[in-house]
Amino acid sequence: MALSQATTRAIAKPGRESPFLNQNMRAFWLFLLSLGIFLLAWEMGARSGLFAKGMPTASKTLEEFWWWITHPFFDNGPNDLGIGWNLLISLRRVAIGYILASLVAVPLGILIGISPVAYKAFNPYVQLLKPVSPLAWLPLGLYILRDSEQTGVFIIFISSIWPTLINTAFGVANVDKDYLDVANTLGASKLRTIVKVIIPAALPNIVSGLRISMGIAWLVIVAAEMLLGTGLGYFIWNEWNNLYIPNILVAIFIIGLVGLLLDSLFAALEKFVAFGRNS
Amino acid sequence: MNLASLNGVAPVDSAGLSSQLSIRNVTKVFPGKKGLFKKLSGKTSQDFVAIEDISMEIEPNTFVSIIGPSGCGKSTLLGMIAGLMPITGGEILLNGAPIIGPGPDRGMVFQNYALMPWMTVDENIRFAVETVHPKMSPKAINRVIKENIQLVGLEGAERKHPHELSGGMRQRVGIARALAINPQILLMDEPFGALDALTRGFLQDEIERIWEQQRKTVIMITHSIEEALLLSDRIVMMTRGPAARIDEILEAPFPRPRNRETIVQHPAYAALKAEMESHLFRETRAVEAARIRGK
Repeated sequence: MALSQATTRAIAKPGRESPFLNQNMRAFWLFLLSLGIFLLAWEMGARSGLFAKGMPTASKTLEEFWWWITHPFFDNGPNDLGIGWNLLISLRRVAIGYILASLVAVPLGILIGISPVAYKAFNPYVQLLKPVSPLAWLPLGLYILRDSEQTGVFIIFISSIWPTLINTAFGVANVDKDYLDVANTLGASKLRTIVKVIIPAALPNIVSGLRISMGIAWLVIVAAEMLLGTGLGYFIWNEWNNLYIPNILVAIFIIGLVGLLLDSLFAALEKFVAFGRNS
Repeated sequence: MNLASLNGVAPVDSAGLSSQLSIRNVTKVFPGKKGLFKKLSGKTSQDFVAIEDISMEIEPNTFVSIIGPSGCGKSTLLGMIAGLMPITGGEILLNGAPIIGPGPDRGMVFQNYALMPWMTVDENIRFAVETVHPKMSPKAINRVIKENIQLVGLEGAERKHPHELSGGMRQRVGIARALAINPQILLMDEPFGALDALTRGFLQDEIERIWEQQRKTVIMITHSIEEALLLSDRIVMMTRGPAARIDEILEAPFPRPRNRETIVQHPAYAALKAEMESHLFRETRAVEAARIRGK
């Protein structure tokens, strides 16, 4: 008894941590420290002219950032639009293109995944088109649609269709055989098996595909908008033409932030459909 | 009880009448890889005879265990009875009608539970009942689910998902799901193989209790001699694969209801156990020896 007590105490002691020193807090302090050093180095570097000419200081950039987020919605014509409007324009294009792509990719992925023949037959298209840079579609989109707004949506559509399609087909084709055996031994119809077993079983894969697609859509919209006018991408392009670097940095930060939010949304959704499965 | 026909002896039809399940000269061959392309790439393989000419008669309300060394085709045999695998030669008759595919007259309990992770305990059982009885009223379905959850002792866990349950509890759900469709035969493929020893013993006692209540025909695959002796009326010992056969069918004459303390004191217990051990050791040793020689 005495021995066991002694051992417990010996083990328990190093485990006792102050609330300021547990892993998360230490990571947070390190984050703050590195951020401070980064901002300080930036500020001093810019002031002493260490960087390229015209490079703004950290304080100037933060000041601009504060101004833009406190004045998000103003409209003085297409070349002087609040960042909030630009953000909404970009989000709207992404939403339309992405939802259309998902509406095509998920059902098509399920069809392709269910039939091994279809899987093999359509795989060449997918594999060939998947690695094509979305911007390569831009001239084609402009030529066919003759409208920059629709072309933006088209680019998002074509670039966010593949990850969802591939992941859905993969998930459906690789449903655990035990689940199918269960449905089979019960004599479930093909339709019931698909709706009640195959789709729910493939849902984690489908959501992962949707998450990757969303990431790509958000990457692509900025690049596409530089060539199309309005939206966050155009905002950056416009500020480049104005040669005003602080606003470009502000836009980069906002793009990153929104991308992070969208991704967390899908991460939460992934967790929601996982039910203890880790994929 | 004397209808256990051994290999080669085709059972007479009159004998098949009293039996619920007739396995007649069943052979299973997994075809090898052939064809010109495979030949060119050097990837041809021989046909693999998993099971050769197995015959067996199973009467209603009998608990049958199939025991044999690893890879002897036990699961293949069960898969063919379940209708999940095509039969290469011979036939399996259920109440005189040949088995051509899976069906709800046979309930299956899987080794790794095979519960749908996205369904709760209730929904897993409901899925089975609704699939088999699409026209059953919701009230009747709820009653069936409740009865079977009570039967396996899972009251209170109805709304839990499988990942929130222990292995033993998951397999209870698996058993409840198989029983909820009221099958004529319960097929169990090493149902306790993935459980720790204590949970295993506990669930074996539960199976014995449930069997006393329902007396369904059960075919169970197992690796455990004690498990087979505790639960079964008949124990089918298979030889090693390839071309596995039935070596011997033993009767377990212990009175029911059984429990693990009293059963070991039965005069026949030690002899039966010794016989099974020697059989299994002999076959397993031969399997290992064959593996060392490289097939």
